[in-house]
Amino acid sequence: MQEFFQQLANGVAWGSIYALIALGYTMVYGTLRLINFAHGDVYMVGAFAAYFLARALGVGTVASASPLMAALVLLGSMAICAGLGVLIEFFAYRPVRKSSRITALITAIGVSLLLENAGILIFGPDPKFFPQVIAPRTIRLAEGVLVTNHQIMVVVVSVILMIALTLFIQRTRTGKAMRAVAFHRDAASLMGIPVDRIITITFAIGSALAAAAGFLVGLTNPKIEPLMGIMPGIKAFVAAVLGGIGSIPGAMIGGLLMGISEYMVVGYISSTYRDAIAFVILIVVLLIRPAGLLGRNVTEKV
Amino acid sequence: MIAARRVLGTLAAIAIVWALDWAASRTLNPYIYRVVVLCSINVILALSLNLVNGITGQFSIGHAGFMAVGAYASAAYTVYAVPLMFGSGYAQNGWLTAAAFLLAILVGGLVSAVAGFLVGLPSMRLRGDYLAIVTLGFGEIIRVAILNIDAVGGARGFAGIPPRTNLAWVLAGAWLTFAVIRNLMRSYHGRALLAIREDEIAAEALGVPTTRYKVMAFVIGAFFAGVAGALFSHYTYLHTNSFTFMKSIEVVIMVVLGGMGSLTGSILGAVLLTALPELLRFASAERLIIYSLLLIVLMIARPQGILGRRELSFRRRRAESASRPTLAA
Repeated sequence: MQEFFQQLANGVAWGSIYALIALGYTMVYGTLRLINFAHGDVYMVGAFAAYFLARALGVGTVASASPLMAALVLLGSMAICAGLGVLIEFFAYRPVRKSSRITALITAIGVSLLLENAGILIFGPDPKFFPQVIAPRTIRLAEGVLVTNHQIMVVVVSVILMIALTLFIQRTRTGKAMRAVAFHRDAASLMGIPVDRIITITFAIGSALAAAAGFLVGLTNPKIEPLMGIMPGIKAFVAAVLGGIGSIPGAMIGGLLMGISEYMVVGYISSTYRDAIAFVILIVVLLIRPAGLLGRNVTEKV
Repeated sequence: MIAARRVLGTLAAIAIVWALDWAASRTLNPYIYRVVVLCSINVILALSLNLVNGITGQFSIGHAGFMAVGAYASAAYTVYAVPLMFGSGYAQNGWLTAAAFLLAILVGGLVSAVAGFLVGLPSMRLRGDYLAIVTLGFGEIIRVAILNIDAVGGARGFAGIPPRTNLAWVLAGAWLTFAVIRNLMRSYHGRALLAIREDEIAAEALGVPTTRYKVMAFVIGAFFAGVAGALFSHYTYLHTNSFTFMKSIEVVIMVVLGGMGSLTGSILGAVLLTALPELLRFASAERLIIYSLLLIVLMIARPQGILGRRELSFRRRRAESASRPTLAA
């Protein structure tokens, strides 16, 4: 049983990271109906931005680690990635917005390849060791269940960000406009909602969340490299689809479910099957509920 | 008369293929020869994916999975079954070797087609992005499953496959794929596939069994992907890393870049995308950046792909363009 709880704890921490990335996918998909393939690479850039910020600030040794500095690094990398997301949207996605969706998808893949290869060129292909902006400590939750304070931080920061996002979308004027654009873009435009600006904001928020995920992953798995975004990116997208793409609570549930099931497979079956379990769950769920767990089933009008 | 012309055309094509191989193996340096072979394998992949994505209007991004099935099935057949069927000394005899390889290619294609049927049947309930992500998922599941089969090498890669593929085989494969898909497109069944692409609901209302046709397109696409895989596995080192979803996406890019629904477009896209990274080798560090930038710029400048839905033809463009639906995309 303690094995089960140990894997559960690991899975929740890892699943929170998937959930944070999945939020960006689901928000962009909700407004643009675009699978933003470059999102996983924005998460990679987030991790590297945090890496360089921490080094610039002189954090990195355990002696200089402090929660304030960590928060500064986190917010800084979120801001950098928000800017990156806005740039990507403006230069790559806006020109193809009127084209077919497959064209937009290929453009997104192009941006993804661009970020990966630019990352290899600028950061170098070899893994970098993420500085320990917070001193690691191991905490015993129960008999035989060990977690690190980093894992707890991952979960806490993710939950705070998710609550903030939910409040933002449900309670503010901009959030309301975002929901309106997601519901029906043309109608929203006719109601005087500045659709372009809302889409820009959506990209900024989604990319900032990905950067937060990048920072948190740097804390728990401190080896970052330019291709680290591919697999988590694709799995976070699967998590978003699993929860029902376009649905924000769906992305959170999907991410957690995915993280937990991966660690259960690692713990009980074999780590070589880890990359497949995400897709097995996805296919089973989609065959039963074709719109995902929380997705709306849209009836097609002729 | 027409039949005679077709037979002559086929014979001429076979003669051209062998002549090209004979000439190429003597004149081209090994590096260029290799690029041409890989180009042709990619042409087969792009054409077969175009049948699913361009002609039938579905969206599959798991093509590498079927290629992997074909590659491993045919390789396992060659390594384990062929010595039993033909005797261990069969490699001394050129005709026997060729026959064994032809059988291996067919085994690869057929096993892959069966996989395509098993994947396609449940997937075809889904549409659009959901279908895309499920095909991607199946592709990854296939890859991870193969990775865990020890008899085909698992994570070490599958060693000991005799090299059998040469330019003649891949050119013949590409030509056959092209011919089959082009003739299919012009047939009664091909019209049904095009009808599904243009409007699935209208096609269904007119009595086209849409699910059956979608699965059919998927199975044929998987068959040729398996053929491409078989040619690949008998040419170069075989490891599941060659079949990640990046490979699937590469094939999707070939199809979209050439023009969805255009067969000659797929050929063009496959050749361009295989040759481009090689041509950019002078800028070794930046070449993949240039490649991805070109991709973005091309999509912005020409969203319908290089050829759109048109076909390149040596002959005058005849009734073909008129007989195809001309609904603007």
